[in-house]
Amino acid sequence: MSALPNAQSAQAPLQRYDFALISSWIPEGARVLDLGCGDGALLAGLSATRNVTGYGIEIEDAGVLASVQNGVNVIQEDLDSGLSLFEDNAFDFVILSQTLQAMWNVEGVMKEMLRVGREGIVTFPNFGYWRHRLDIFRGHMPVSKTLPHSWYDTPNIHLCTVKDFEDLCRKLGAEILDERVLHEGRQVRLMPNLFGSLGVFRFRERP
Amino acid sequence: MGDMNDRSVGAVAPQRAGFLEPLILKAGKTLASYELVYETYGRLNAEKSNAVLVCHALSGSHHVAGHYADDPKKVGWWDNMIGPGKPIDTDRFFVIGVNNIGGCHGSTGPGSIDRATGQPYGASFPVVTCEDWVVSQARLMDRLGIRTLAAAIGGSLGAMQALQWTLSFPDRIRHAFVIAAAPRLSTQNIAFNDVARQAIVSDPQFHGGNFYAHRVIPARGLKLARMLGHITYLSEDLLMEKFGRVLKRDEYGFNYDVEFEIESYLRYQGDKFAQVFDANTYLLMTKALDYFDPAKETGGDLARAFANARAGFFVASFKSDWRFPPERSREIVKALVATRKPVTYAEIDAPHGHDAFLLDNRHYHELVAAYIDKVAAEIGAGPRRTPLLLASSELEELSGYRGAAKEGI
Repeated sequence: MSALPNAQSAQAPLQRYDFALISSWIPEGARVLDLGCGDGALLAGLSATRNVTGYGIEIEDAGVLASVQNGVNVIQEDLDSGLSLFEDNAFDFVILSQTLQAMWNVEGVMKEMLRVGREGIVTFPNFGYWRHRLDIFRGHMPVSKTLPHSWYDTPNIHLCTVKDFEDLCRKLGAEILDERVLHEGRQVRLMPNLFGSLGVFRFRERP
Repeated sequence: MGDMNDRSVGAVAPQRAGFLEPLILKAGKTLASYELVYETYGRLNAEKSNAVLVCHALSGSHHVAGHYADDPKKVGWWDNMIGPGKPIDTDRFFVIGVNNIGGCHGSTGPGSIDRATGQPYGASFPVVTCEDWVVSQARLMDRLGIRTLAAAIGGSLGAMQALQWTLSFPDRIRHAFVIAAAPRLSTQNIAFNDVARQAIVSDPQFHGGNFYAHRVIPARGLKLARMLGHITYLSEDLLMEKFGRVLKRDEYGFNYDVEFEIESYLRYQGDKFAQVFDANTYLLMTKALDYFDPAKETGGDLARAFANARAGFFVASFKSDWRFPPERSREIVKALVATRKPVTYAEIDAPHGHDAFLLDNRHYHELVAAYIDKVAAEIGAGPRRTPLLLASSELEELSGYRGAAKEGI
């Protein structure tokens, strides 16, 4: 099978640091929608350990096949065209793990997450991470473990910093329930937007 | 190709089961007795849990896989899907193909002798529906000692039967493969079907459906119906690519003979079909398509129609299928999701149109294989014993076209 072209999937072997944190937030038996599920590893793990039910959404053929092989209920769908298959509040959690940065319609997807899920979880590579800043200071586009692609072949078109994402939540009327910035799996507490490479947000529609 | 042939189920023989229990049909009529002709591949396990029922579409039959010892060229219509080392592997699964009631391949149909009159049923054969077929199939499963299907699989009209299984017998089916389907026909679909029917019934040799007594067949009408249908099974791009505007001769003839390759191809397909298929069966199959509408009883609410279904669903559509395009499969998926059913959905990038479900496509076959592996795990059937071997993309091109020409839905 060829390499998975999807942004999240391409990074899969490197970056699963957010999975443990996400999993810790998901209660037993929850209904979960995993957007851009890649090979379905997150849902496969959650259904094995937490008995969750739900679906993965994936656009790439290779990811869909890998998800089926992992026993995940996967639906082939373009996230950028919305979540019209799903009714309001159909899920306890809607997860967008390291996929946001590769989407065209980020705002639209965020709105859809707020609509179909009681809570949303978004993780993304933090563009404000110091190494990224340093690369730019030196005159180059950043390449790192969380952003492994060169500028000319990257699927990532909407990169943001932790602060940028906070702003987007505010703009969309989303209440941030939890916000962590990780680096290599560990939470960064000192100047997280500078020293953390992976943003993890948990939010819901402001009641 | 040698390798692919080794994966055949080999020589097979049809079997026959007679049923004396009357079948009460949705149309309100009763079939006092009937016969079903069927084939099986692989072995039923001790728990009788590994049965996979293959439902056929408009022109299909019970001859799904393998070939006949006395007719090695008569290969089953879904032989690329079923066999050892194929997506639905017969090392682990007991696969059953059955010709539906109303068919013309051996099961009781319009061309069969009505015991009450000693004459062929002809026009008196009742209109049957997907619901009726599924009941008759369930009775065949009873006869074979199969309480629960591991899966039912079908494409097009066959997919509708697989869906119907999950509604009619929710506790007797674990998984449904619903391929190139629609939850109900569109207005355009019905319109095409009616033109096909009109072609048949307006053929002078149709004799109101009782052509058997006149020892003729309405070949012209059936040919036209098939030509029309065939166009709808293939994508415009495929037709363009295969035939373009190529002429049989160098120059236009300025007459009404066969000039373009596509004319020649369609007429050939139509003629061939008209010699082997029954006109009444064609009418009946198109009606079964038109009538299929599980949401009819729930006020158009498909999700409510699925409320009692308990199966897992594998739904697949083909991007180039304009007869039952992906949006129609998404309607099914949406209804299943609304009722929290386990469902997997794939939209397959194949160029052939509706007929793609019959053809070699590596990704499509890998998906079916991966899903059936999950089913195998559920019933404790273990891993594959013959490695999965799929057609290469080179073969895909060739056999893709040949397949379309060979059978169609």
